[in-house]
Amino acid sequence: MFFTSLLNALPGAIAQGAIWGIMAIGVYLTFRVLNVSDLTVDGSLATGGAVCVMLIRGGLSPWLALLCAFIAGMVAGLVTGLLHTRCGIPAILSGILTQLALYSVNLRIMQSKANQALSVDRYPLLISMRYVRSAENNPFPLIIIFVLVIIGLLYWFFGTELGCSMRATGTNQNMARAQGINTNRNIVFGLMLANGLVALSGALLSQFQGSADVNMGRGAIVIGLAAVIIGEVLFEKVFVNFALKMLAVIIGAILYYIVLQIVLQLGLNTNDLKLMTALIVAVFLAIPYWKSKVMARRTGKEAEQDA
Amino acid sequence: MLKLRSISKTFNPGTVNANLALDRLSLELAEGDFVTVIGGNGAGKSTMLNAIAGTFMVDSGSILLDGKDITRLPEYKRAEHLGRVFQDPMMGTAPTMQIDENLALAARRGQHRGLKWGISKAEREEYHKLLKDLGLGLEDRMSAKVGLLSGGQRQALTLLMATLKKPKLLLLDEHTAALDPKTAAKVLEISQKVVEKNGLTTMMITHNMRDAIAFGNRLIMMDEGHIVLDISGEEKKNLTVADLLARFSKASGREETDDKLLLS
Repeated sequence: MFFTSLLNALPGAIAQGAIWGIMAIGVYLTFRVLNVSDLTVDGSLATGGAVCVMLIRGGLSPWLALLCAFIAGMVAGLVTGLLHTRCGIPAILSGILTQLALYSVNLRIMQSKANQALSVDRYPLLISMRYVRSAENNPFPLIIIFVLVIIGLLYWFFGTELGCSMRATGTNQNMARAQGINTNRNIVFGLMLANGLVALSGALLSQFQGSADVNMGRGAIVIGLAAVIIGEVLFEKVFVNFALKMLAVIIGAILYYIVLQIVLQLGLNTNDLKLMTALIVAVFLAIPYWKSKVMARRTGKEAEQDA
Repeated sequence: MLKLRSISKTFNPGTVNANLALDRLSLELAEGDFVTVIGGNGAGKSTMLNAIAGTFMVDSGSILLDGKDITRLPEYKRAEHLGRVFQDPMMGTAPTMQIDENLALAARRGQHRGLKWGISKAEREEYHKLLKDLGLGLEDRMSAKVGLLSGGQRQALTLLMATLKKPKLLLLDEHTAALDPKTAAKVLEISQKVVEKNGLTTMMITHNMRDAIAFGNRLIMMDEGHIVLDISGEEKKNLTVADLLARFSKASGREETDDKLLLS
């Protein structure tokens, strides 16, 4: 009984994980590549969903709606970037401000409704949860293509001159500026790119679920971090290449949703999910710090013994 | 080629920690000058170099490079004309990127960075040759992350990066201070070679009076935010550490110089 229902739920969990994985790649870009803690994500994910749903309801093609969602996400990133680089507000706070503002903006986009439905019967949606286990209209091929194309494009981009200068900005701003790199512009651009991806993920998610919700992005940043960390912990040694590292993030997101599904099947109260997620992420973020402390103590002891 | 016209800088103005780091400092450098800069802690040596590099904007005065006023130019734009090596070996390189990637970043200083591939095959071959000239064995580790290199290796690499695209002015900010004596000597030797080979106009801060006398064609000594001694040509060649100390006491009107200058 447990296994059949889990098996039934698995395709949905994997598809959802892969879509959230695109969002997690956005988080990976800001946290790991640019070294900026960006909390815009919770807002821009819902913005992507809201823009996509409202445009499709207005008669726009789902493809164009995805593009518009991507652009809307980039605008959100632009705002955070300008608050940070032009107004001198710390990156974390800039993201929180944009995220808060986006809640109102998202409600405006959704015509003051907290939830807007998008029926797959009425609109030619690209992917839908309904067909996740059927051969016809199965969403998996398109999701896989999206993931691979995004990873491919990002891999190419971060190998270009501009992409290299962004990586340098993330790893050492002093060095970057001394080499003539406009670090502020790069940070703004990185935030735009990341939030564009997050909004795209939100847009795909809204089509997949058949609705957009003003709260759909709540806790997205933590889920993104969870995916990044799970990917790193599992594949750190194997995946050295940048493209593979991004793939690890996607796998991390998928695993997160599978674990979530299992925990739900075991009868955990859904209301406790966020608490669980936060705890898991906190522990994994703390592990490198604890490790370094233990190492320092150990080397200290060895030095004592030598003396 | 470089003109500093009465530049001043106060850090934390209007607070109890207000600190006049540069006090109406003026200096003119000729093309090809190799100037060594000495002075005690807080004399304003690094502040002067950072003012030239644009790490902060000066409060007053102006900075001209090759006749062009760069006083208000942001740091990254000035970088087109400046090569810099810092005191902290961690500061000059991108640790998570490969050796060749770091060099490729430096090769594009002052150029538009577009969507062309970040490093070409021809470049790799060139870098291989240049790294071999350093004599540190880095040419066989070009795809290693710079974070794995030792302090001395990083400083040598930073030096190479600073001069890969010939700068109008090379700024060396105590770039050997964090290294052990043997490595420091090696990096100094490389610096000297690079400067001579390219005929670079150079400013080098050092805490070592002997080095200050041995290297370059001109020596300036700073105290309290301005220049108190400026020695060049024959006079500099015949200089001894004892001379320098005596002249410093006279110029600054203070006695307690030797330890402070030698050790700081």
